[in-house]
Amino acid sequence: MLHYESTVREPLINGSKDYHQVTEDIISPIEKKPGKLWWIALGFSLTMLLFGVWSVFWETYWGIGVWGENRTVGWAWDITNFVWWVGIGHAGTLISAILLLFRQGWRTGVNRAAEAMTIFAVLCAGQFPVWHMGRVWLAFFILPYPNSRGPLWVNFNSPLLWDVFAVSTYLTVSILFWYSGLIPDVATLRDRAKKKFAKFFYGLCSFGWRGTAKEWQRLEALALLLAGLSTPLVLSVHSVVSMDFATSVIPGWHETIFPPYFVAGAIFSGFAMVQTLLIITRRILHLEEYVTLGHIEAMNKIIMLTGGIVAMAYITELFIAWYSNVVYEQGAFWWRILGPYWWAYIILITCNVAAPQLFWFKKLRRNIPFTFVMSIVVNIGMWFERFVIIVLSLYHDFMPSAWVYYSPRWPELGFYIGTFGLFFTCYLLFAKYFPVIAVWEIRSVLKRSGESYKQQMVAIEQKTTEAFIQEVQHEHAVVAH
Amino acid sequence: MAVKQFVVGSFQDEELLVPAVKKVRTVGYKLYDVFTPFPVHGLDAAMGLRQTALHTAGFIYGALGTATALLGMSWIFVVSWPLDIGGKPHFPLPAFVPITFELTVLFSAVGTTLTFCWLNQIMPGVKKHIFHPRQADDRFVIAIEVTPRTNIEEVKQFLLNNGAEEVTVQTAEEGWWYGFFSRKEKYEQTNPQWSVQ
Repeated sequence: MLHYESTVREPLINGSKDYHQVTEDIISPIEKKPGKLWWIALGFSLTMLLFGVWSVFWETYWGIGVWGENRTVGWAWDITNFVWWVGIGHAGTLISAILLLFRQGWRTGVNRAAEAMTIFAVLCAGQFPVWHMGRVWLAFFILPYPNSRGPLWVNFNSPLLWDVFAVSTYLTVSILFWYSGLIPDVATLRDRAKKKFAKFFYGLCSFGWRGTAKEWQRLEALALLLAGLSTPLVLSVHSVVSMDFATSVIPGWHETIFPPYFVAGAIFSGFAMVQTLLIITRRILHLEEYVTLGHIEAMNKIIMLTGGIVAMAYITELFIAWYSNVVYEQGAFWWRILGPYWWAYIILITCNVAAPQLFWFKKLRRNIPFTFVMSIVVNIGMWFERFVIIVLSLYHDFMPSAWVYYSPRWPELGFYIGTFGLFFTCYLLFAKYFPVIAVWEIRSVLKRSGESYKQQMVAIEQKTTEAFIQEVQHEHAVVAH
Repeated sequence: MAVKQFVVGSFQDEELLVPAVKKVRTVGYKLYDVFTPFPVHGLDAAMGLRQTALHTAGFIYGALGTATALLGMSWIFVVSWPLDIGGKPHFPLPAFVPITFELTVLFSAVGTTLTFCWLNQIMPGVKKHIFHPRQADDRFVIAIEVTPRTNIEEVKQFLLNNGAEEVTVQTAEEGWWYGFFSRKEKYEQTNPQWSVQ
């Protein structure tokens, strides 16, 4: 078996490793006791989460009026945050599913953490529409089931209902995809466990996995099938989210480019969040050899590409507003740029269109502090994109007497902070107790893409073609005898 | 499930493992299973395993999801409670597309994953015998089942000759059972037939 990949391609695993070293590098931080920094971070996240719980309690007790919404601006921060979090959730599935179908080897270093991030982001996103219902104890009304209210069914024509199906399906499929890939690594943890609780916990979570040939064969088939299902799914989820707006008749929302525009934006912000998390994770857990500069550069390229698509969408939007000759459409965009919220539009353009252009420089693409700053800039920009679309299409509606300026009040802010708490609490627990890198996938690409193994290929690549052919023929002749 | 005896050889590299597996089959020993820390491509062919039919199951579940969504929504909107929503038709097929798609994916993903668990006989809390403590780390393990006609010493020598770094004879429960890894010792005391020798 010749594991051959040209040395022209950058190695995916740096340093000289064997299978056991890979296991040690990734698994041993889990077996240690959590450090001081981890406890501080967890405490901080839990505080944010508790503040969020308090804000949500306040909102539920008094009604969603405490958020600052009014008759003109009925959707504000909460739906902005919903779209923002769902968008962030898109990178994980893109990495695990679409890059699997495209056979991109570099996904192996980042897929586990990205998929986990997806799940936590979608969990955060789900909070917003649920609590936005106000009377949250009636939330089950969105489920279609035979009931004693008529039966009163849900409206299958409504994109808001499509959203319920899309987001819940997305969450379920993401969890299945993530966990099925996690099982073999949990089995590794189980076999290494020394403490009683660890043996019990990882024994329970590993499902009795042993890594037989048939198990692996089925796992690979399952991964391929879930990848095939997730690829259209991930594109459909944000398309459906965009239809919440696009199927309405509000100028600024009623646009046919919304689905691809939203999907590109989602991947753009999702990859930025993956960068934010992985740059910290690789540093703290000393995984620089697995999440290499090459990985960071590859993700920066995707940020650049999707950023370009988003910029294109902004231009198209403006052009069509002008070209359509619809005064309301033109008005919406006029007020977007020159209205009292001009600063939000400036932030949006600076963060999403101007800033990513710096990634044309290879030096900056491979610069870690710069990438870290950019990843946060992009997510600020993408938050403002949703804010601009939602609030700035509503605040100057059809009747000038109803025009308002919208600012959030503390419970709405607290709710947003609370979802950060939820997200980081989940991520910290995951990063401490489960491998953030798919160990078995790293093992399976190690001999092809590991640095020390690739160096063995230098000698082969330096030979002339004739010499190489002769050698191989000679080997075959020897085997045949 | 039956308690059986196995001759277990562990290998350090998959490049030693695959030829050894082929030889086991040529010689005719009863190959119980091969355990690897990652999917070794070509191993299933060497073991003579057929391709899994999981994909077909996925398709059937998906079709079931499509049918459920389409028939369900049509029945609700046309038969159960025809509701006038802004004068729109009672059977708006294009509006059914997103939910039909989502349910197709949901049924297929959930169904296939459950089938995957069932075929592999894996579930939370299931316990199976681990032949080598590092089989999920860096060791490649062949387990050969001992039959009345097996000469254990011969099999041991055979594995060593084919590159095994370590060969052991183990008696183990071949199927799965419920139990906790943390209570392994206690479990084996009360069920001595399942202890590993």
